Amino acid sequence: MNIFEAEKKIVEEFEMFDDWMDKYNYIIELGKSLPEIDDKYKTDQYLISGCQSRVWLFAEYKDGKVFYSADSDAIITKGIANLLIRVLTEQTPSDIIESKLEYLDKVGIKEHLSPTRSNGLLSMIKQMKMYAYAFQLKNK
Amino acid sequence: MKIDINKTRSQFPILQQQVNKRPLVYFDNAATTQNPTEVTQAIVDYYNNYNSNIHRGTHHLSNIATEAYENTRNNIRDFINAKHSHEIIFTRGTTESINLVASSFSKAFLKEGDNIIISHLEHHSNIVPWQLACENHHAQLRVIPINEDGSLQMEELEKLIDDRTKIIAITHVSNALGVVNPIKEIIELAHKNNIPVLVDGAQAVSHIKLDVQNLDADFYCFSGHKMYAPMGIGVLYGKEKWLNQMPPYQGGGEMIKDVSFEKTTYNELPYKFEAGTPNVGDTIALKTAIKYIQELDIESIRLYEDELLHYATKRIKEIDGITIYGTTKQKTAVISFLIDGVHPYDVGVLLDKMGIAVRTGHHCTQPIMDFYKIPGTVRASFAVYNTKEEIDSFIEALKKVKEMLM
Repeated sequence: MNIFEAEKKIVEEFEMFDDWMDKYNYIIELGKSLPEIDDKYKTDQYLISGCQSRVWLFAEYKDGKVFYSADSDAIITKGIANLLIRVLTEQTPSDIIESKLEYLDKVGIKEHLSPTRSNGLLSMIKQMKMYAYAFQLKNK
Repeated sequence: MKIDINKTRSQFPILQQQVNKRPLVYFDNAATTQNPTEVTQAIVDYYNNYNSNIHRGTHHLSNIATEAYENTRNNIRDFINAKHSHEIIFTRGTTESINLVASSFSKAFLKEGDNIIISHLEHHSNIVPWQLACENHHAQLRVIPINEDGSLQMEELEKLIDDRTKIIAITHVSNALGVVNPIKEIIELAHKNNIPVLVDGAQAVSHIKLDVQNLDADFYCFSGHKMYAPMGIGVLYGKEKWLNQMPPYQGGGEMIKDVSFEKTTYNELPYKFEAGTPNVGDTIALKTAIKYIQELDIESIRLYEDELLHYATKRIKEIDGITIYGTTKQKTAVISFLIDGVHPYDVGVLLDKMGIAVRTGHHCTQPIMDFYKIPGTVRASFAVYNTKEEIDSFIEALKKVKEMLM
């Protein structure tokens, strides 16, 4: 699945919900279903700053693709991390760097995109793209 | 006098809106209070009718603006019962008031090897300025520890004081927990040792009747935006004897008497500490906010908010698995809590979806959160325009949040 297809799938999933509660219940579910991250990555080195909740993000590079894993102590933040990972993981660095992630707006979690210090969505995206840049540079 | 809640609420148009299709419940008053229409009207009136730079003006508008500005100083003197109007310095807010004292007082009095005492309950604004002062003057910062209920360990304060203690800076009310500190007792103890006391009154000023002479506080700081006035205006009260011995904080217009390239002499109090064009419009609006509080009567406000606090505390305890932080007897209308095992951010996001505004996080008091070993709390804080019905909605919403997150 490329980025565009992954985004489209998430938008379709969210179209099923007509009220905020169902939507957030789903985000909470996504948070709970995000695969556990190894404790060795839950260190300051992998901590994303700028979030009210703590978010750890880790990335690996295998066969030309980036694999992300993340964790957070807040379940909604974790759900949002899952939404990002579902789209960006197993993609090539250049696809990740060029992604516009317009689906976030379409699924109506735009408020999480505002650059306040209470949420880390923007910081998460930035960090994910930074990893992609780093892998791209390293493998040139 | 009993608060007429319908009348009170009608004076705050901002409260009459829907957020996420629900009536807004605004429980973030410890962060900022809303402005009644007469306060916003005072700003409009100023800018529509007599906006002008004050002092030294020879024209009509400047004279009216100057008079309104200086009258505010007199009103504040009366409101907090200061001895002199020139002991009232206008600042941008509590943070600037504290920074002013931390900087100027320290320049005059703090020497290498001295110490400053603060408490574990302080807002970062009453920690960092003193840390900077201590760094600059090679002094030591000492901290009064707290008990599990959020009260100060008063017996420890006595042990911290020695003959090198130059000032004690302490909050009147904890912004994170709502705990009221025994300020008078602290000031008495400090004065016995000839130590002045700065009180951070940001969280007290709209809830507790103030009398700085009776308290005998040496400095008392507060912000307009936590007392039904706009942001960007605050007050530093300081005893004349201290303010006169302190050098200016900032240089510029207003604060000088004579300027030449060789030597500048400074203006007298309060102007010595008010460099640059002041925030005239918001200062005048602060006067209206004070009048608003006085008309409601601060003791009536306190009783009403107390009732809200007790009702909310009782109702929140109906929900299993909630821990309240800050459980002393003396509290302002603040409930800081956590749903056990749930991150405060999650609670805040979901409450917002139901139109309820609370604050989540460390509330600029990271040492308190470290003390309790928690990442932060959910803080509901009440003002005179809140109601028991709103608390009921909040409790229902909280039950729903808990159901969703557990």
